[in-house]
Amino acid sequence: MDLSSINAASLIASLMVASTPILLAALGEMVVEKAGVLNLGVEGMMIAGAVCGFVIAVETGSPLAGFAFAAFGGAVLSLLFGVLTQYLLSNQVATGLGLTLFGLGLSALLGQGYVGQKAPPIARLDIPVLSDLPFVGPVLFSHDVMLYLSLAMVAGVAWWLKNARGGLILRSVGENHDAAHALGYKVVRIRLMAIMFGGACAGLGGAYLSLVRVPTWVEGMTAGAGWIALAIVVFASWKAGRVLLGAYLFGGITVLQLNLQAAGAKLPVVVLDSSPFVITIVVLVVMSSARNRAALAAPASLGRPFHASG
Amino acid sequence: MTALLKIEGLTKAYPGVVANDDVSFEIAPGQVHALLGENGAGKSTLVKMIYGLVKPNSGTMTLRGQPFEPPEPRAARADGVAMVFQHFSLFDALSVAENIALGMENPPPMAELAQRISDVSTEYGLPLSPDMTVGDLSAGERQRVEIIRCLLQNPKLLIMDEPTSVLTPQEVQILFATLRQLSAEGTAILYISHKLEEIRSLCDQATVLRLGKVVGRCDPRQKSAAELAEMMVGSELRPPSRTPAEPGAPKLQVTNLSLPAPSAFGTALRDISFTVHAGEVLGIGGVAGNGQDELLSALSGEAATSGATVRLNGQPISTLGPNARRALAVLAAPEERLGHAAAPNMSLIENALLTGATRQNLTRNGFIDWAATRRFAEQIITRFDVRTPGPGNAARALSGGNLQKFVIGREVLQTPEVLVVNQPTWGVDASAAAAIRQSLLDLAHNGAALVVISQDLDELMEISDRFAALNEGRLSAPRPAQGLSIEEIGLMMGGAHGMEVAHHGTA
Repeated sequence: MDLSSINAASLIASLMVASTPILLAALGEMVVEKAGVLNLGVEGMMIAGAVCGFVIAVETGSPLAGFAFAAFGGAVLSLLFGVLTQYLLSNQVATGLGLTLFGLGLSALLGQGYVGQKAPPIARLDIPVLSDLPFVGPVLFSHDVMLYLSLAMVAGVAWWLKNARGGLILRSVGENHDAAHALGYKVVRIRLMAIMFGGACAGLGGAYLSLVRVPTWVEGMTAGAGWIALAIVVFASWKAGRVLLGAYLFGGITVLQLNLQAAGAKLPVVVLDSSPFVITIVVLVVMSSARNRAALAAPASLGRPFHASG
Repeated sequence: MTALLKIEGLTKAYPGVVANDDVSFEIAPGQVHALLGENGAGKSTLVKMIYGLVKPNSGTMTLRGQPFEPPEPRAARADGVAMVFQHFSLFDALSVAENIALGMENPPPMAELAQRISDVSTEYGLPLSPDMTVGDLSAGERQRVEIIRCLLQNPKLLIMDEPTSVLTPQEVQILFATLRQLSAEGTAILYISHKLEEIRSLCDQATVLRLGKVVGRCDPRQKSAAELAEMMVGSELRPPSRTPAEPGAPKLQVTNLSLPAPSAFGTALRDISFTVHAGEVLGIGGVAGNGQDELLSALSGEAATSGATVRLNGQPISTLGPNARRALAVLAAPEERLGHAAAPNMSLIENALLTGATRQNLTRNGFIDWAATRRFAEQIITRFDVRTPGPGNAARALSGGNLQKFVIGREVLQTPEVLVVNQPTWGVDASAAAAIRQSLLDLAHNGAALVVISQDLDELMEISDRFAALNEGRLSAPRPAQGLSIEEIGLMMGGAHGMEVAHHGTA
């Protein structure tokens, strides 16, 4: 095995790219769950975003237009989930699973004519001097705008949930929807907005896969990313900072094991392939079990249907 | 003095039931106005209309001479109407300050809000730390959060829906001092309760509701509790009668019973000892959440304990499960009606089977004897006046009070030697509650040993021979109920949890 072929700077840079789709999807799902809604359709919304973003980017030649449309597509798909679960009071688990299946099928249909095409390249940050610095340059100053946006969103969501009035109201709806309703907050409307935010984030995450990470369209290309995003939200105890940690851990191990495979590690490929899932879950479980009860408490109304009475 | 709030001809109908029928009354500034009535009399619907949660079908409300039709609570709050809910509308995972901010229209920044919370809480003698997580607070402290949330908005009308049901007598005194102080400052208070003594000591006007209609108005200070009860119920109330009897041999003995908390939110039982004799009723009081559910499960057999901590007629039964204890005539009726005492989606027949199978011989060779089960269910329904179209109805379809009569009746009719009940008359109207208490007393008269766990002190004083209180999983030494003063009971229940009387003006 030749470890010298692994370059630390490019490893870190590529782990950030590999983690961003999951980070975006998990961040969106975290906001949805904070509002008390369990949307298991993350995988479906991601793949829908991936195909929407890819198609629009190829047709217009603009990756940013692709991202915008991917967010729109993810939000529209999530709105379907929202209407079904919030107005028609369908079961959230079943509807979310259905959304995933629906998204996978729909994306395969929409993407049929685009298989094997190449996405238009997205501009990368290129700051004179800074981007040329050894190590720091490739790690911090030469990514695309979406990656920086994803990190800004982590900080923004964490701050908003903690300090903004809107964030407090959102948390209150997820904590006790009956009490929030009694205080006069529009539970269903707030949840719908959270669901659409989650859908848009998942869509962005999917588009990051098809436009930056891979960058081409392959049927079923999310390959479980949406599910790991869901798991990360739970084991991150619904905290934005830990969602970032979990997503980067997963992405990091994914990239590392690919490098190890390329370097000819003497481990079976199946072990390496599954290692990101296993290690991420184990680390997050250990972290969350060591904390006190309040720190890891799920939103108390998570997954419970709300119906205003009287 | 002109009325602060005037209500005329307010009507609200739901499919199949008229919750409020042509209700009219008015409240003057600074008045403490009682809204009196049994469960289901329409009190809650009425105040929900004032608070903008429910829209009336017809009728008008006038606030300070202006038409008042709040489309949502926000609007009601903006007009100076605040409400403390019966079931606290708090968020366990959020801090005190965050909870209060959620109930305000334009909350100041958190640091400033925390300061104002401290100021108001000391002014009204309701100490509260803004940074505490609400989930960690006692019931009395949670109520303070709600009250302070209201006070910060300088309400002109404060609505209180059954505020004292979860408080110790000392906490009630402090709450009343705060309310009197508010009333002296000109805030009108609309006080909902069915506890007559409280209303007589606090309120200066009362409107009595029965089945959605106003059936009387009075000055509660001029009436006796019995007169108020008659206005409320519409007929004369007969208190349960009891014939004093010498207690028999020890029936149920509990020695040094300790039980770890069943869940993170449960209470551990610590070193509980008591004896109940044949023909005796032991009343156990205490604020909810101090080990009532856990004690019941240790006595019913849901939670097995080791050794000889629980004995029946001297024989240890600690390790036996519920069915084995039922076979020995140790029965229990838990507090939570839907989900614990009864399976919500199953019919009354099936629910009768669930606890009655052992003692009523409702199964043969592992098969259910449906005819006998139906007869047993029908017997419960007739004997305990359960209002339902038939025994085939699902338990969830019954009103709370009717289901309560069913689950108590189901155990009483199995001729227990030991019966443990938790909150036997919770949510039951006054006449049915009297019937349930009478049936419990009759059981004791026939030689059964009864443990009655309740948060209704009046009820416990009425039926128990001896009284003990649960406080944080510990049971006080049982004392004869006769002659026990409310102060002594309060102290047995753990006092006022560090509350102090309002020192507004004197501080």
